[in-house]
Amino acid sequence: MYKIVKKEKFSDLVTRLDIEAPLIARSRKAGHFVIVKLDEKGERIPLTIAGSDMEKGTITLVIQAVGHSSSKLCAMNEGDEIAHVVGPLGKATHIEKFGTVVCACGGVGTAPMLPIAEAMKKAGNRVISVLAARTKDLIILEKQMRAVSDEVIIMTDDGSYGEKGLVTNGVESVINREKVDLCVTIGPAIMMKFVSLLTKKYEVPTVASLNTIMVDGTGMCGACRVTVGGETKFVCVDGPEFDAHQVDFDEMMLRLGAYKEIELQAQNK
Amino acid sequence: MDRNAEWRDALRKEIKAKDRTTIERVEMNELEASYRRHCREEVNQGLTAEQAIQEAKRCLDCANPTCMQGCPVGIDIPGFVKNIERGEFLEAAKVLKKTSALPAVCGRVCPQEKQCESQCMQIKMGKKPVAIGYLERFAADYERESGNIAVPECASCNGKKVGVIGSGPAGLSCAGDLAKYGYDVTVFEALHEIGGVLKYGIPEFRLPNAVVDVEIENLKKMGVKFVTDCVVGKTITPEELKQEGFECLFVASGAGLPRFMNIPGENLINILSSNEYLTRVNLMDASSDDSDTPVFKGKNVAIIGGGNTAMDSVRTALRLGAERAMIVYRRSEEEMPARVEEVKHAKEEGVEFLTLHNPIEYIGDEKGRVKAMRLQKMELGEPDASGRRKPVEIPGAIETIEVDTVIVAIGVSPNPIVPSSIEGLDVSCKGTIEVNDEMQSNSIPTIFAGGDIVRGGATVILAMGDGRKAAAGIHKYLSEK
Repeated sequence: MYKIVKKEKFSDLVTRLDIEAPLIARSRKAGHFVIVKLDEKGERIPLTIAGSDMEKGTITLVIQAVGHSSSKLCAMNEGDEIAHVVGPLGKATHIEKFGTVVCACGGVGTAPMLPIAEAMKKAGNRVISVLAARTKDLIILEKQMRAVSDEVIIMTDDGSYGEKGLVTNGVESVINREKVDLCVTIGPAIMMKFVSLLTKKYEVPTVASLNTIMVDGTGMCGACRVTVGGETKFVCVDGPEFDAHQVDFDEMMLRLGAYKEIELQAQNK
Repeated sequence: MDRNAEWRDALRKEIKAKDRTTIERVEMNELEASYRRHCREEVNQGLTAEQAIQEAKRCLDCANPTCMQGCPVGIDIPGFVKNIERGEFLEAAKVLKKTSALPAVCGRVCPQEKQCESQCMQIKMGKKPVAIGYLERFAADYERESGNIAVPECASCNGKKVGVIGSGPAGLSCAGDLAKYGYDVTVFEALHEIGGVLKYGIPEFRLPNAVVDVEIENLKKMGVKFVTDCVVGKTITPEELKQEGFECLFVASGAGLPRFMNIPGENLINILSSNEYLTRVNLMDASSDDSDTPVFKGKNVAIIGGGNTAMDSVRTALRLGAERAMIVYRRSEEEMPARVEEVKHAKEEGVEFLTLHNPIEYIGDEKGRVKAMRLQKMELGEPDASGRRKPVEIPGAIETIEVDTVIVAIGVSPNPIVPSSIEGLDVSCKGTIEVNDEMQSNSIPTIFAGGDIVRGGATVILAMGDGRKAAAGIHKYLSEK
C-alpha cells in the first residue's frame, strides 16, 4: 500500500498528491512515469512523475480528473492508501547543455515538465517556459516553474491571465526573438501536435512526452504503441519521449479514444 | 526410487502386464462445448478416483521408465502413478512435489503428448499412452481439495540471500527449490499479482487462478518472500540488490515483448496483442462489470497465429460473446504449434480455422477502428529451415473478411528491462541471456537465468525445468564459494 501523505487542490479538476514510495523516490529521474492501480478492481493507469522528496520517501503526482480512475484518485485524501504504485518506468529525459530550451506545457502537462525544466537549468541551459491553459485557474505550478526558468510566459485561451492566445503563440514569439536549440513539449496530444508543426516549420528540434493507454507499462502488452518515423514504438519502454516531428499524432489521438465508448456506457449504467 | 518396495512389487504382480495393456485409456471429463463456450468454468473437470485408479493400472511400472526421459523436470512418474493405483493419493502428490513445484499447473498445461506420454511403453505395443498428465492433475487436485497440503521439507535457513526476478513458472520453481536448500529467497514481481504468465496469460477456463494461488501459498509457507510492484532494473537495480546482501540472482523475467507483423493498418483501434487481450481479461478481470479495466467485446474476432496463446485468445473471444471467432494461420493445421487438445477444444466450441491464410492489411472505419482484414491465401511449398513445409503465396488469391477485433498472437521477444540493467551481461542478438548448462550466466557467475528470457518463448514446464536447474546451480556455486 502506498499512503497519500499530502494533498493540494490546484483547481476543481487538478490535484497534487504526495505519495509514500521510497524506492521510486530514490531512483526516479526527470521524464519517468509510474503506473497506479487504486484498488482491487482498479485499472492500471500511467502518470508522469512531477517530483520527489528523497528524504521523506515521497513522489509527487499531479492529476487532472478526466476519466473514472483519475476522478477517483483526485477524490482521495491525505492518509488514504493507493493499492499499487509501480515505477519509475520509461526512459529518463536526455539532459545535456543544448543552449536555449523552450519548455512548452499545456494544462496539467506543466507538472511533469517541472523536473525536466529543473534538470535542463541545472545542466546550464537557458530555460524559457511557456505555460498555457484554457483559463487562469488552470495555470499550475507557476511559482515553481519561475524558480527553475530564466523566463516564464503565460498564455490563456480566454486572456484571463498572462497573454491571450495558445501555447503555440508563446513559443513562436520566442523563436522569432532568439535562437532556440530545443523545444520540449508536454500536454494534451492535440496541443503537442500543433507545437510540433510549429517547431518543424522553424526547424527547432523538439521532444514530446507522450501519455498513451497502457496496461502493464513494462513493454508486455503493446497497448501504448505509436508510430514514430514510420515505425511502431512502445511508449512505455521506447519512450515516453520521442522526436515530436516524427510522431504520428493523428493516429495517437485516435488510439487514445479506443475505450471512450465503453467508458461512457459504464458511466451511464 | 522405491520400485523395489514390497507394496510396489506386489502391485506389479497383481495384474499381468499383458492385461494392463488391454485396459482402455481414460477420457477426460469435460464440460459440454455448448455450455462452456459462454462461461469461464474450467473445461477439463478432472478424473474421479475410480477413473484415476483404473488409468494407473495401465502403467506397466517399467524397470527402465522411458516416460521420465520425456519429462523436463524428471518427475518419478511410475512412483506417483503406482501410488494412485494403490489408493495412496496423498503419497502420490508427495512424490510429484519432490521434483515439481507446481504439479496442479503442469497437470493442466504441459504438452504431455510431446513429452512423457510420447515415450510411454504402451505406445510401443500399439496402444494409447498412459494418461500421465490427467493422473498428475488428479493427485495434485486431490491433495489440494483434501486440505492436507504437504509443505515440502526445507533445510534449516543458511542465512544466504538469493533474489528471484519474476514470479512466473521459472521463478516459482527456482524459489521453491532454493527454499528447500535452505536459502533466504525473495521473489520480485513487476505486476501487482504473483504468478506471471500463469495469471495474466493462461485463461481461467484452462488454469483457474485459485489453483495457482494455492501453489503460491505453499511457497510462502516454505518461507519464500514475495515483493510485488517491483521492476528490477527500474525500481531497484541488480547492483543495489547485491549491496543489500543478495549473493545470487535468478533472472526469470520472461519474454514479455509482443511481436507485431508491421503490416498496414496494424495500429488501428481494436487490434491488440494477445498479451494485452489476455492480460485485460485474465489479470484485470475486464469482462466483469465491476472491473475498472475496459475490454472491447468483439462480435467478429480474428486471432492471428496458431500457438496455444492463439487458442487461449480465440476461446476467450467466444466467452466474451463473439459470434464469429477465427484462427488465421499461414501454414496448415498440421504445422500448428498449439496442443492437439487445445485445437480440439476450440473446434468443439465453434472456432473457425482459416489455415493457409496470412493477413496483409487491415482496413479501418472513420473512427480509426478496424473493420476488415485482407488475407493472402497460401499453399505449402518445400520444407524450410524449421523442417516444416514453407507457406507460399498464391498469386492474386486475396480475400477480405469483416472483423471488429483482431488479436495478434505471433509470438513474443525477450523483455529487455532486466538484461539491459546488468552491465557486462552476455546477451544474444535476439536479446536472450546466454547461460551454461547450469543456467549460470557466461559472463557474471552470480547471475543465473531461465525460462523465456533464455529461451525466447517456450513452455511452462521448460521454464520450470530451468528454474530447478538454476536452483541447483546456485546451490553448487554458493556452497563451493
